[in-house]
Amino acid sequence: METTIAAISTAMSASGIGIIRISGENAMDVISRIYRSKGGKKKIKEVPTHTIHYGYIYDGEELIDEVLVMIMHAPRTFTGEDTVEIDCHGGVYAMQRVLDTVLKNGAEIAEPGEFTKRAFLNGRMDLSQAEAVMDVIQAKNEYALRSSMDQLKGSVQKAIRNIREKLIYHIAYIESALDDPEHISLDGYPQELLEVVDNEQKEVKRLLKTSSDGKMIQEGIQTVILGKPNAGKSSLLNLLIGENRAIVTDIAGTTRDILEEYITLHGISLKIIDTAGIRETKDIVEKIGVDRAREMAQKADLILYVVDSSVPLDENDEEIMEMLTGKKAIILYNKTDLQPEIQPEILEEKTGHPVIPISAKEEKGITELEEQIKDMFFGGEISFNDEVYITNARHKAALEEADRSLDLVRNSIEMGMSEDFFSIDLMNAYENLGKILGESVGEDLVNEIFSKFCMGK
Amino acid sequence: MRTLVEDYDIVVVGAGHAGCEAALAGARLGLNTVMFTVSVDSIALMPCNPNVGGSSKGHLVRELDALGGEMGKNIDKTFIQSKMLNCSKGPAVHSLRAQADKQAYSNEMRKTLENTPNLTIKQGEVTKLLVEDGKITGVKTYSGATYNCKAVVLCTGTYLKARCIYGDVSNYTGPNGLQAANYLTDSLKELGIEMFRFKTGTPARIAGNTIDYSKMEEQFGDERVVPFSFSTNPEDVQIEQKSCWLTYTNEKTHEIIRANLDRSPLYSGMIEGTGPRYCPSIEDKVVRFADKNRHQVFIEPEGLYTNEMYIGGMSSSLPEDVQEEMYHSVPGLEHAKIVKNAYAIEYDCINPRQLYPTLEFKKIKGLFSGGQFNGSSGYEEAAAQGLIAGINAALEVKGQEQLILDRSEAYIGVLIDDLVTKENHEPYRMMTSRAEYRLLLRQDNADLRLRKKGYQAGLISEEDYQKILTKEEQIKTEISRVEHTNIGANKEVQTLLESYNSTPLKSGTTLAELIRRPELSYEAIKPLDKERPELPWDVQEQVDINIKYDGYIRRQLKQVEQFKKLEAKKIPTDLDYEKVGSLRIEARQKLEAYRPISIGQASRISGVSPADISVLLVYLSSTK
Repeated sequence: METTIAAISTAMSASGIGIIRISGENAMDVISRIYRSKGGKKKIKEVPTHTIHYGYIYDGEELIDEVLVMIMHAPRTFTGEDTVEIDCHGGVYAMQRVLDTVLKNGAEIAEPGEFTKRAFLNGRMDLSQAEAVMDVIQAKNEYALRSSMDQLKGSVQKAIRNIREKLIYHIAYIESALDDPEHISLDGYPQELLEVVDNEQKEVKRLLKTSSDGKMIQEGIQTVILGKPNAGKSSLLNLLIGENRAIVTDIAGTTRDILEEYITLHGISLKIIDTAGIRETKDIVEKIGVDRAREMAQKADLILYVVDSSVPLDENDEEIMEMLTGKKAIILYNKTDLQPEIQPEILEEKTGHPVIPISAKEEKGITELEEQIKDMFFGGEISFNDEVYITNARHKAALEEADRSLDLVRNSIEMGMSEDFFSIDLMNAYENLGKILGESVGEDLVNEIFSKFCMGK
Repeated sequence: MRTLVEDYDIVVVGAGHAGCEAALAGARLGLNTVMFTVSVDSIALMPCNPNVGGSSKGHLVRELDALGGEMGKNIDKTFIQSKMLNCSKGPAVHSLRAQADKQAYSNEMRKTLENTPNLTIKQGEVTKLLVEDGKITGVKTYSGATYNCKAVVLCTGTYLKARCIYGDVSNYTGPNGLQAANYLTDSLKELGIEMFRFKTGTPARIAGNTIDYSKMEEQFGDERVVPFSFSTNPEDVQIEQKSCWLTYTNEKTHEIIRANLDRSPLYSGMIEGTGPRYCPSIEDKVVRFADKNRHQVFIEPEGLYTNEMYIGGMSSSLPEDVQEEMYHSVPGLEHAKIVKNAYAIEYDCINPRQLYPTLEFKKIKGLFSGGQFNGSSGYEEAAAQGLIAGINAALEVKGQEQLILDRSEAYIGVLIDDLVTKENHEPYRMMTSRAEYRLLLRQDNADLRLRKKGYQAGLISEEDYQKILTKEEQIKTEISRVEHTNIGANKEVQTLLESYNSTPLKSGTTLAELIRRPELSYEAIKPLDKERPELPWDVQEQVDINIKYDGYIRRQLKQVEQFKKLEAKKIPTDLDYEKVGSLRIEARQKLEAYRPISIGQASRISGVSPADISVLLVYLSSTK
């Protein structure tokens, strides 16, 4: 039996509606657990296929959202499996709550590209599309893997690594004793392990709470500031931060050429990344900075291009403008306090992006910039990276599984089971925590056994 | 020049633990089989420790026996002490270990081989493999003789280009001074087979009458011995047993070792082979675990025929004079006389990723291999592979479907899958932690897991097969009865519970629920179970374990279900991975080299990601 999967299938933005899709053998069970019709009488499991139903999503007794539910039985669905689509209110928060409820009630978060993969494997797509499907799967996975690590806070990574280190040590200890009972004794060990499990589980629970608060990952619209040296990028950043004293965090791993800050504008989270000034250079250190800036620009949800209006455009500006193609961007016509050498109309014409005159020095134009960002966000022009929430859901599922496994270990200890039962669930916890870091188990255990414990013969 | 030419169905090269099993399997399956050895007096030789079994290795022997192998029967006939290890732990990690009389073990095995129809034993060194169009056609020996055959099983152990080393002394011999095999490696290389060079070692043997046992702790065998073989009558193994002895190294021993490290060939770079981390020499232990001020030393008899004692825990390749000094620093060994020095041995083996899980070479049809030649270590690991390679060689000659045990069916499956799928750069030893479904792969149920497979392969008799079917039925019926028998909270029940310090019942329950309590068992509640039928002890044992650990077992069965799904998705072994677009380069190269037989196997190759597996699934379904 294949698992039942779910995901948000619309963009994670402040758009009007969002769609959560559920696919798999248990899709109807999942929806029947959380759906209530207006009168409360409709049995969603019994309605005809390919019909739409108005009602509510409940998590237990708590009302989550008012929705339309589309019921589609296999095989005439995209994936070829029983499928349910929930049209809920748009907006990040609403969609996330509905998805959480779905996941809590028997669905698993879909792997990247999984809907498409299932559609193909179930014969719902033309064989000639195989190549395209494979590309999608690989690309989506790569992207997810990269963004998963990008988004995971340094402190969270460290905490997970610490837990894993403890767990693998104790698994290795137990296993060494089992493999070499005449060399290593487990007398009195269960009590010691109980303490370890308690401590590590506390950590897992703390992380779980963090993930529920959405604080495990760094979220927000990835906003990259680009510009030539001395165009006024840093002053702009300082200004934005100064006006919005909502710096969320400082980031481990920030290098000297890329500076990241978090701010909230009218309730919209921005992750602002300042980059090195872009110019032709032979200096190796500076060149690395420029390359990184280019890389950041490519990943950005929004680019703020700061232009020094007091100097003429040159080839460096041309290069930056090239980076803007296909991206959402706002041109900041800076230094309006000085004699202009370029006209704003030219910039708008050349880039096709809106131009806002500002003076970072005189703190002018900032309100207009904020308004522009707000309009773009609520107009659905710019959005969060959807993967952020999906990643968070995956992390949460893995943490929950680790938490459950540790419960089972405690249970086994308290029931007086023998030590060989402990390591099975400890390993399960270890494995799940590894998923968050994108690490598989491989030979970890055997390596730990041999490096930490002296075995016989 | 005229040379001897003979025809056989199967040629087995080597007569160690793998070779013996392979040859017996081939011959017993009705094929004309010849087994080559450099010395017929070294058949089933135990060149290192004098025991069979141990944690997880005991499982291998039980499984091998269930399939129709010989090792279990042979050790039952020749053991001098036996112990069930990990008895205080869960049933999954109980493991049998027996001390062998080495000479008797070897003699008994030789007798069995000699009395097996279809089996020829030959002393001689195989130097060349004959291959035509990617298919094995025979072998040549040093004497120039040709043996035509349909399949070859290579079980050369540690003999290929073997070199024994201690201090600055090195001999180009196999273990125990036996002749090495110096030509076959070149023939293998010519055929494009990738070779590794591994290393292992053995401690000294000491004259028993020069040991002061009063300074050591005596180690007895079990009072009631459990046989290895499912066919051995338990009463036949209740014999008088020999003791082993326990002593310890000390700071003085470690000082001697540290002072002479520069004379160790391991540290001077004279040894190039990769040694096993689980079986470190004493100098390795002293260096790597510097904070330990003592290490255990087990003194084990080599047999009844000699007073030689094996010094377990102190293998070494230090020079002779240092060995002398080092052993003498151990309590009880002050005046010990060394009969045989400890030594390290280097040998050629293959990169086992060149094999299918059937143990056949991917490149050469009809060529199989098993044992240390495949990069494993240990008698039991060798025997298990030898058996599978032998069975598959025979099945192939007969044109029948090959036998593959998967990771959820047997430790043997785990062993072979690890060898052929995972990167490994040291001699591979079985460990219970390598078996992810170990609650199901117990030594007590090896017969229930594998008798049927042995029967299908043709090594298990109809009678033994019927026996296992009956046993299965009895277990099923009894479990169901116990699950459905209600029991009230009456006085008799409460009194019994009290006597086991078990919480009294508040209301009625089933017998099964009582058995699940950690402090109780099937046996313990017998007085309450009025309708209990007379059942053999091994049936009772299964009922007890299956009910007691029901929750855990069920969870593993669920995991196995998922696992089996991926194993069942086969990949054609001639798949052109170049055609599978979107595979990452690393994954493509690995898949190309390993040629996994199933999606499951592919998913265990390091460097192949879940996304690559999805891509592969899509590709396979598009080419159906």
